[in-house]
Amino acid sequence: MKKVVSGNEATSLAVKLSRAQVISAYPITPQTTISEKLSEICGSGELDARFVKVESEHSAMATLIGASSTGVRTFTATSAQGLALMHELLFWASGARLPIVMVDVNRAMAAPWTIWCDQTDSVAQRDTGWMQFYCWSNQEILDSVICSFKIAEKSSIPCMICYDGFFISHTNEPIDIPEQKQIDKFLPPRKAEYFLDIDNPQTFSGGTLPNYFMEIRYKLHDAFEKAQGVINDVYDGYNKLTGRSYEPIEPYYIDDADRVLITSGSAASTVFHTVNKMRKSGEKVGMLRIRQLRPFPEKELLYYIKPNIKYGALDRNLSPGTGGVFSQEIRSVLNRNGNGNRIHEFIAGLGGRDITTNNIEEIFKRIGNVEPDGINWVGLLK
Amino acid sequence: MIEEKGIFSGGEFCGHASCPGCGEKIILRHILDVLGRKTIIVCPAGCAAVTDGIFPHSISPVPFMHTPFDAVASCAAGVRAGLEMSGRSEVTVMVWAGDGATFDIGMGALSAIAERNENILYICYDNEAYMNTGIQRSSATPFGSWTTTTPRGRLKSEPKKDINFILASHKIPYIATASPAFIDDLREKVNKAKEITGLRFLHVLSPCPPGWKSDPKDSITLARLAVECNVFPLFEIENGERIRLSYRSQSLPVTEYLDMQGRFRYLSEEETETIQSRTDEYYKTLNSLHESEQPLRMTMRKE
Ligand code: SF4
Repeated sequence: MKKVVSGNEATSLAVKLSRAQVISAYPITPQTTISEKLSEICGSGELDARFVKVESEHSAMATLIGASSTGVRTFTATSAQGLALMHELLFWASGARLPIVMVDVNRAMAAPWTIWCDQTDSVAQRDTGWMQFYCWSNQEILDSVICSFKIAEKSSIPCMICYDGFFISHTNEPIDIPEQKQIDKFLPPRKAEYFLDIDNPQTFSGGTLPNYFMEIRYKLHDAFEKAQGVINDVYDGYNKLTGRSYEPIEPYYIDDADRVLITSGSAASTVFHTVNKMRKSGEKVGMLRIRQLRPFPEKELLYYIKPNIKYGALDRNLSPGTGGVFSQEIRSVLNRNGNGNRIHEFIAGLGGRDITTNNIEEIFKRIGNVEPDGINWVGLLK
Repeated sequence: MIEEKGIFSGGEFCGHASCPGCGEKIILRHILDVLGRKTIIVCPAGCAAVTDGIFPHSISPVPFMHTPFDAVASCAAGVRAGLEMSGRSEVTVMVWAGDGATFDIGMGALSAIAERNENILYICYDNEAYMNTGIQRSSATPFGSWTTTTPRGRLKSEPKKDINFILASHKIPYIATASPAFIDDLREKVNKAKEITGLRFLHVLSPCPPGWKSDPKDSITLARLAVECNVFPLFEIENGERIRLSYRSQSLPVTEYLDMQGRFRYLSEEETETIQSRTDEYYKTLNSLHESEQPLRMTMRKE
């Protein structure tokens, strides 16, 4: 069925189709319309789930940790300060190997207060042991949320789906919505291997000495190393069902490109249009859109890196003193693999600042004309 | 007469790591004995979390979920929601938390599950300080007590937080205080709480020899004196309105309780008098509220 929906509505529809059983959320802009919608459909009985109306995001995640430990399917959504408040529990969720699925509607971190978009909130949670997927369209949101439940449950790793606040969350687009019975077949009810069970009493997440802790962490790391295979399998299955699939890195016009810009989120849409425009005037520019921060698609990135192409990375997030987080990841992959390529690094669009086609054209010009020279701030007022 | 017919009658529940004379394990044993196997324990950081056993050991005869320090109430709400969604509503979700997790770091989440009246049995073993980290003051530490963060010359100058009346103002169906020296009363209250739906809060005083600087053999005596001196009166509050004293104490002088504990060694005479007069006043108030026809919250507002 085709329908015109906002990014946040796409999330709610996906959660409903996935038959989440316990949902817990706390209001925060620009996420709020997700929990409003979910609360409504839980209330009306359209979705047979318990919606726990908690007093903070910390409790939203804690509630899901409790619920997921009983073996049911769980979901929450948040943004910015809310995600930061969950920080402690994000480690707990992944350490306890709970397949919780969460949407983070990307919003910049205060201070100063802002409700507008950048990805600093979610990239700052990079090391918490969650998978992270970045979307650029409402269709991709719906598909990613559904697939994430399956990925999370198969790998016992929690999943975070991220997309830009307002630019995507509040923008309407037509999407294709699968039938409930299709999704029921694709995503059957969760079957937890370990859960709180009075017939088989076990103790969960108890004190651990140095003789075991490292092995437990190794297992989580190992699961991440194997996760790309799980992700690919799940999307293959989804592709058979819906004809849609997603790669960890999606290339656009790169075969004959001399300059390629790597980016994520809604900025990729602007790059996409700028590439189309510049291609018309014969400029050989292309784009790599990264969908995953964790697991970081190292192999896939190296596959696309060619010696005679110049690369730039555009980040809508900032680790102060170091630069953009995707740029760092790319840099580290290139270094680790002895690749001589150096990349241009760009910071743009922080706190909801528009990233324009003019900005992107300038970026491509710079990539072509000068050697990589550290971090460039795009659109900064002088 | 105590009849242990439940899950521990066969001698289970051994091998824990609590200190000699710890109140917590005695209390937990009786609680679980009453609740039985259809129980899930949700437990935050604290002595109980450590002394249950270090991985891969655990003494718990029922499923036991550890949680972050500040998150036990919300985790328990999640367990409850999960059980309901998977057709296991009859299982008791029991929180087993110390005073740090209850009075301090988890207070916001506890208030939230109380306000939502979640169907959880929340039991606080109150040893009146952060004992697991080495005796730091909490808001449950009584006035005049020595701890490592309220040292000699800077003894705790604030009274103990009155958690029961804070929770009473949330109008939850059942609140009770209990003591390991009054096991029949404790077991009766657990049994009563078990049958009630909604948030039930049990506040149990839990003697702690290293923290109280007392002799391990005196733990039960101290628990008894706390009640007999009215420092820790036994009562119940129903629906945040009806209060009932469960035991008429002998109203012994507080010094009988205080003098047996090193943590109160530095009290001045004046401070001891303050404790006595506050204790008298509190017990008088409880007495006047006992089975009063007037709803408790109205009375409280007037004061
Ligand atoms: S420190 Fe106190 S509460 Fe903790 S185990 Fe020892 S006696 Fe029990």
